[in-house]
Amino acid sequence: MTEILFVLFAFVAVGGAIGVVISRTPVASLLFMVTTLAAVGGIYILFEAHFLAAIQVLVYAGAIMVLFLFVIMLLNLGHDYRADLKFGLWSLMALVVSGLTAGILASGFVSLDDNGIRPGGAGVAAELDAALIEKGAAGMIAEPLFTDYVVAFELVGLLLLVAIVAAVVLAKPRT
Amino acid sequence: MHEMDQLSTAWFWIVGAIKVLGVFTVVMLAVAYMTLAERRVSAFIQDRLGPNRVGPFGLLQPIADGIKNIIKEETMPGTSAKLYFVLGPALAIMPAVVTFAVIPFAAPLPTPIGRVDMIVADVPIGILYILALSSLAVYGIVLAGWASNNKYAFLGGLRASAQMISYEVALGLSVIAVLLLAGNVTLTEMVAQQQQMKLWFVLPLSLAFIFFVISALAETNRLPFDMPEAESELVTGYHTEYSAMKFSMFFIAEYSHVLTASALMATLFFGGWDIPFWTGDDMFWHEGRLVRGFDDAGAAIPATPSLLITLLTLVSFSAKTAFFVFLYIWIRWTLPRFRYDQVMHLGWKVLLPAALGYIVLIAGAMLVLDQLGVPFGRLYGLVLTGISGATTIAFLFFVDRDRVIGGAHGNRAVARRRAASRVGGSERRAVSG
Repeated sequence: MTEILFVLFAFVAVGGAIGVVISRTPVASLLFMVTTLAAVGGIYILFEAHFLAAIQVLVYAGAIMVLFLFVIMLLNLGHDYRADLKFGLWSLMALVVSGLTAGILASGFVSLDDNGIRPGGAGVAAELDAALIEKGAAGMIAEPLFTDYVVAFELVGLLLLVAIVAAVVLAKPRT
Repeated sequence: MHEMDQLSTAWFWIVGAIKVLGVFTVVMLAVAYMTLAERRVSAFIQDRLGPNRVGPFGLLQPIADGIKNIIKEETMPGTSAKLYFVLGPALAIMPAVVTFAVIPFAAPLPTPIGRVDMIVADVPIGILYILALSSLAVYGIVLAGWASNNKYAFLGGLRASAQMISYEVALGLSVIAVLLLAGNVTLTEMVAQQQQMKLWFVLPLSLAFIFFVISALAETNRLPFDMPEAESELVTGYHTEYSAMKFSMFFIAEYSHVLTASALMATLFFGGWDIPFWTGDDMFWHEGRLVRGFDDAGAAIPATPSLLITLLTLVSFSAKTAFFVFLYIWIRWTLPRFRYDQVMHLGWKVLLPAALGYIVLIAGAMLVLDQLGVPFGRLYGLVLTGISGATTIAFLFFVDRDRVIGGAHGNRAVARRRAASRVGGSERRAVSG
């Protein structure tokens, strides 16, 4: 059952990702992207990472993509995007980057053993399972975030604040 | 206890399928009769009779409406984006009907095949599942507005997305206070915590409840927050171009959202299926056993689940939910609509900072109580009730001073201050001149 669902979600995710790239209308691209994000959320649930799945759908599909939709509808109406799609330096760079990404993913996949575990990863999985039972899904993410990585976490918060202030300054009409 | 064992896998699937079908049917029926309730209650409020011709007391009216909507001719605006126009209502209705799955609606039922939990899916993320899926509801509305290729519909769609994103923040923050107190995100556990505290969370978290009600009204696009479909400005907003069953689907979505929000209010703040002033129905997990409470020595008293208790708790849950549905209707036919800038002002400049401050206050109070070693129970709740009560009164006082949301006359307090300073200034000039 899990395998069937995994294959289903994986196909939807990859199909959605292809749809994002080949769609001719921005709104269609966006909806494909939402589909991909939701399917990846589904895969997270199959991994029993329920919290991550909820955050994925809540933050990415439910909030960020809605803002994208907002921007597309408000700003991109009737905008001629076809010139952007012509072959050029960008396409070449995109090809290189996607090729590299695919290579890295493939190398990770090849190094898996018969049980789908990375070399030296067997102990880690058991440790994670024990921690999951002890702390719960939210605690697994929250505890390192507020202890080991608290400085980085606060700095990211500060960065976002700076970005918001900058956006407000840019959006205000010059007087 | 054989009857309270977990179900075997085969039975789990069968019982699960029955629960899915049953809950879906009940939600759809409730939605149909909520339209009738809305019309009858609005008629009562406006001193009319309302629909009373179809069947006794008009009870068959929703069925007549349904048949009418299905067999009606459907129009498809020629200039619309066809695919998205059809996708809109479908995307609107899907999140609305699946969110009810994680709400526990009665006490667990012991049966010869094992314990049947009265909840469709007790997922470990509980309330986050509802927040995540209801955040997707906005796509249906925005797409409908955009695909209609109609200025009014488009404006309605834009307003909807801005409003739903804004109030999602306030809604999430008001829920965080509940999560802090319950220490868990599953709704089953929240009901259990309220039973253990012997106090419904509405008292210790009164301000969070007020924020939740306001945000839920805005999230469901109901008056006084029905900006996306403001009839006097936008015809009917995002569903202006829709007819027949597609139009109806937007309404089914809206009423399902109202039903889910009402059920959530009952579950998060009013004890869910808990029956007040009676401990016989209390049931929560303690060291792998379902217990009713603890005796004076601190030993666990085993719970006594039975068919009667399940039925009684179901009645209790339905009554609470029905009350909040009624509250929704009552508010709709009592309050006038906000202006768009007032909606944004209330969401971002009042509810967001107030909810953030309230979380800090509750977290601080809980930290102090834990440090003092107060056990989680009625005393713990009563201390928080005092703190929250004082904060709520202060908040309502502040909102009531006309400083938060100015009416059509503008902000009275600011105007008064300006007028005062003008008078003072001219006097000074007169004296010096």
